[in-house]
Amino acid sequence: MKRRNLGFTLFAVWLCSAQLAANDGVFDQYRDLMGDDNPAVFVIDEGEELWFTPQGPESATLEACDLGLGPGVTAGTYVRFPRYFADTDAVMDLESRLVHCMTTIQGRDLETVTAKPYSLRGDFGTEIEALVTWLAAESEGATIAPEQTHAAERAMYTLGEEIFYYRAGPHDFSCATCHEQSDMRIRLQALPDLTSHAGAAEAWGSWPAYRISQGLVRTMGWRLRDCFRQQRWPELQMGSEASIALQTYMAVNAAGGIMTAPGLKR
Amino acid sequence: MKRLTAGITIALSVSVATWTAASDDIEAVLQNSFVAKNQATMDRLERDAVQTACSAPRGLPLDNQSLTTLREERLNAVVMPADRQYLGDWQRGAEVAGNGRGLQSSDDPTQPNGGNCYACHQLAPDEVAYGTLGPSLTGYGARGQSEAMLQYTWTKLWDTHAYNLCSHMPRFGAQGILTEQQLKDVMAYLLDPTSPVNQATE
Repeated sequence: MKRRNLGFTLFAVWLCSAQLAANDGVFDQYRDLMGDDNPAVFVIDEGEELWFTPQGPESATLEACDLGLGPGVTAGTYVRFPRYFADTDAVMDLESRLVHCMTTIQGRDLETVTAKPYSLRGDFGTEIEALVTWLAAESEGATIAPEQTHAAERAMYTLGEEIFYYRAGPHDFSCATCHEQSDMRIRLQALPDLTSHAGAAEAWGSWPAYRISQGLVRTMGWRLRDCFRQQRWPELQMGSEASIALQTYMAVNAAGGIMTAPGLKR
Repeated sequence: MKRLTAGITIALSVSVATWTAASDDIEAVLQNSFVAKNQATMDRLERDAVQTACSAPRGLPLDNQSLTTLREERLNAVVMPADRQYLGDWQRGAEVAGNGRGLQSSDDPTQPNGGNCYACHQLAPDEVAYGTLGPSLTGYGARGQSEAMLQYTWTKLWDTHAYNLCSHMPRFGAQGILTEQQLKDVMAYLLDPTSPVNQATE
C-alpha cells in the first residue's frame, strides 16, 4: 500500500512538473510511455473489415473502389489525397471519395451515409472513421505527396489558402489566428504553424488520431469541423469544398513529410 | 438568398470557364460548405470592413491610406462606459478571464460569455495554463490608473483594431462578446493593485 502511494506520488510529481514545463514535450513523453500501444489498432481492424464487407442494395464490398491508384488499391493512397478524380470531375478528400464509392458501388443512399460522419462523445466510432483510420494506416511511413498536377488541384490549394486567412464570426477568428505562427500555444496546447512545412507535416501526418480525452479516433475532417466550432463559425460539412480546400492547403504544405497516422493525442 | 443564388450561378459559370477563378467566389464556397448550428448562424460568415481588410493571406494589403482610415473609424466608434467608471470587481474579472465558453454552437446561450484571456495571455503568475499568442499581461497594473491608462485599456478591450489594425484579438466590446459590466470587471482584474495579476511571484 505504502509502495503504491509512493508510486502515485511520483506520478503526481511527474505530472505537476510536466504541467509546469508547459510545452508539447509533455505529451511527447506520454506518447513515449505508451510505446506502440495506440487503441486505434482496434479501429484499424474494424476499418479493414468494413472494406471487405458486402453492403447496400448491390451487396458489394468496397474492393472496386478506386482511391486514385486503381480499383482496390489501398496501400499508399492516403498520402496522395486530396486529389482530382476524372469520374466525378472534382477534387476529393478520402472521406468524400469513400462516400462516392458507397453510393455508386454499394448503391447506398447519400443522405444515409453522410448523416453522421463523425461520432459524438461516448459513441462508438462511425464507419467513415474506421475506414479512414485503416486507410491512413495503409500509408503509414509513406511520404506525403498530394497530387498537384491538375489545374483543379492547384486551384483548390489557392482556395484553401484564402479560406485559411478568412476572418469571420463574432470573434474575428480565422485558421491563421492560431496557426500561422511557430511555437505558440493556447493555454497549454501547442499549436502547429500550418503555413510552415514542419508544422503542416506534423499536423497532417498525425491525423487521423486516437483522442485519449474522447476515447475515439478522430479524422482530419472532424478536426477541421471542431476548429470551426471553436472559431464560432457554423458547422463545416464533411466533403464540402471548403473542407477539401483546407485539407489541400495543409497536405501540400506538408508534402515531403512522413505519414505517421494514426496518431495518439491528448 | 438572392445573393446566395447569384453567387452559386457565378460559381458554376466560373468553374466551367477556368479552374483558377474558383477562389474569386469564396463567399459562395463558404455558404455551400457550412450549415447553421444552434446559435452559430450562417450570417456569421459575412465579413465586415475590418474582417475583410484583415483576411489577406500572408499579411496586410498595401493600401495604407484606407487602412489608416479604417483604424481611425474604429477608434471613433469606441463606446466608453456611460458612468465613466472603468473598474469593476477583479474577482468576477478573474472568472471572465478564465472562461472559454460563449458563442460556440455547443455553448448554452443563456450563460454569460467568457473572455478567455488565458487562452492567449499570461496574467496571474500562479496560473501556469496560459497561452502565448498574445503578450504577457502579468503585472499590468504597474502602469497605474491614470485617465489615459484607463481609456487606453478600455479601448484595447473594446476594439483592438482602434490601435492595432488586424490584431488577432477579438473585439470584446464592439462585437458584443462581453457586457459593459464584464469589461469593467476585466479592467479591475488587470489594473487593481490587489488583483492576483499584480502580485509578485515568490
